[in-house]
Amino acid sequence: MNDEIVLETRDLTKHYGGVFALEGADFTLRNGEHVAIMGDNGAGKSTFVRQITGVEQRTRGEIIFNGSPVHFENPMDAREAGIETVFQTLALADELDVPDNLFLGRELIRFNLGPFSILDYRSMRERTLQALQETGVKIPNIRNIIRNMSGGQRQCVAIARTATFHSKLTIMDEPTAALGVQETAQVENIIRTLKDQGDPLILISHNMRQVFDLADRVVVLRRGRICANLDIRNEDITGEDVVSYITGARTQREYEGTAGTHSVAA
Amino acid sequence: MNKVVYGTAGQTYDHKKRALPPELGIFIALLVIVAIFELLGALFVGQSLLFDTKGRFDGPLGLFNVARLKIMILQVSIIGIIAIGSTQVIISGGIDLSPGSVVGISGMIAMSFAQVAEVNGLPNPKPVFGAWAQDIPALVPIIVGLCVGLAAGLVNGALIAYTRIPPFIATLGMMVFARGAAKWWTKGEPVSFPSESFAAIGSGMMPVVIFVSLAILFHIVLKYTVYGKHTYAVGSNEDAARMSGIKIQRHKMMVYAIAGLLAATASIVLCSKNLTAQSGMGIMYELDAIAMTVIGGVSLSGGRGSIVGTVLGALIFGVIISGFTFLRLDAFYQEMVKGFIIVSAVVLDQWRQQRAAARS
Ligand SMILES: Nc1ncnc2c1ncn2[C@@H]1O[C@H](COP(=O)(O)OP(=O)(O)OP(=O)(O)O)[C@@H](O)[C@H]1O
Ligand SMILES: [Mg+2]
Repeated sequence: MNDEIVLETRDLTKHYGGVFALEGADFTLRNGEHVAIMGDNGAGKSTFVRQITGVEQRTRGEIIFNGSPVHFENPMDAREAGIETVFQTLALADELDVPDNLFLGRELIRFNLGPFSILDYRSMRERTLQALQETGVKIPNIRNIIRNMSGGQRQCVAIARTATFHSKLTIMDEPTAALGVQETAQVENIIRTLKDQGDPLILISHNMRQVFDLADRVVVLRRGRICANLDIRNEDITGEDVVSYITGARTQREYEGTAGTHSVAA
Repeated sequence: MNKVVYGTAGQTYDHKKRALPPELGIFIALLVIVAIFELLGALFVGQSLLFDTKGRFDGPLGLFNVARLKIMILQVSIIGIIAIGSTQVIISGGIDLSPGSVVGISGMIAMSFAQVAEVNGLPNPKPVFGAWAQDIPALVPIIVGLCVGLAAGLVNGALIAYTRIPPFIATLGMMVFARGAAKWWTKGEPVSFPSESFAAIGSGMMPVVIFVSLAILFHIVLKYTVYGKHTYAVGSNEDAARMSGIKIQRHKMMVYAIAGLLAATASIVLCSKNLTAQSGMGIMYELDAIAMTVIGGVSLSGGRGSIVGTVLGALIFGVIISGFTFLRLDAFYQEMVKGFIIVSAVVLDQWRQQRAAARS
């Protein structure tokens, strides 16, 4: 197996004014590995994602992607480098339809006239249908605008968007939060397909069953700090163990002192 | 018709039953308003608004009162050009209050380069510049005027994109500033006596030709180009657009710059048509332009609307103005009704949105 490190962060930190949303995060992801990030609401999971994907600029720290330090100025840079993300907010344009959203920011064009390039609607539509079929996403009418879709359908569109473009790293921030049983299974299948293809993934989820089904490793964030890094495939770790790290009842030895060990009541 | 697949996973979807385009509703509103005026006309002034009841006109449009139709369309063409710019600004989630004043300043400056050396054999009585700026090709004032509009638009765009001042405030500032600049340019004096070639731009039905051409061009731009797609995306969800990699700031600069160019175009046509530029020209044009777009179904909260809608909105506007003159009602009634219609259009839009929000 290829053990090359795909993504590494060193001392990754983000402060929003006085809010220390993310503090000194050291994180590594190897090729083909599926890592889950867990933590309570407001623990800093989405913040971590936003720093890696160029949505925001970090306060401090280093990000190494594919062996070289990166400074993504904007999300497009991250995408061009090969990071595809399903954001928690989904990042869909409500008034546009499915192909428009799938190809937003990287439209297929017929004639290149700079910003006034003519769109190739037909190809975008065909590739959208193909992508939806491959991922098993059910949308009765792809010409329907996002505004008129159900929460689950919106989420499916956002997931299909990442699955359409072959990427070096996929990040999903709570991809199944609004999904029905069948759709959740569908998304989990997409994730398994990525695993089979040897593509690495960062999955943020509150669903313990899902994490144990899909992930190789769990990283727990608490109040902006990493407090545990658990190899759930090889070590004997249960859901209760993970919960105790999330709630702050326990902290792994190597993270003590960095992650506050004091109780939740503080 | 060949079979088109619109969906996946075999769900039922009958594309013949898809929702009608929103422009259809506006078109129906146009017909209803025409019908109302026809009825009022028949009742109170014994005339038809649009139809040729006296057999004065023949040819392919002989059924209509061609003279009145021409005036009606001519009347809305110049503000219509501005409304094309407002449409894309509002779709992008912004607003532009400056076009009226940009009409003033760009017209004053452009006209200064369009003057003739001699009027009726005598030297030009009110030259702005010396002989070097007289009797020069019309292309020069056109380019100068467009540059002024572009500059104003770029300043608007830069303020909005980089300092994050709300568009309302930034363009309000430009509205006041540009009006002042228009007065300062000649200390309030009008600029007249354009060259023949400059005067040709807005003569006859040329304003209509220019308006329609620009409307077609921008219909294509908004519907079929990357620029158009990004304009809708920015207006419907700016964060999503940013996360999708659209360069929001650059895009906003372009949107306002194009609005400025269109305001300057309207100004050139207007000056040419009137054979004079005055510092006060274009006052309130921005509001009429916004009214046309809103009546045309462009949503003030961004992301929705079309040029087709705006053109229909402009026609509704034209019918109302002509209709009031036709009914021999005083101009202040016209303004009052205009205000009423603008507010109704916005209320309708709000209502549509609440309904949409309630559904999702
Ligand atoms: N733009 C911002 N400005 C100020 N504070 C912010 C901002 N974004 C996030 N925060 C704060 O940073 C902290 C971490 O937020 P984050 O969104 O990363 O949480 P999360 O772990 O993703 O939670 P959830 O499970 O609810 O999605 C929170 O306390 C939040 O209030
Ligand atoms: Mg989150």
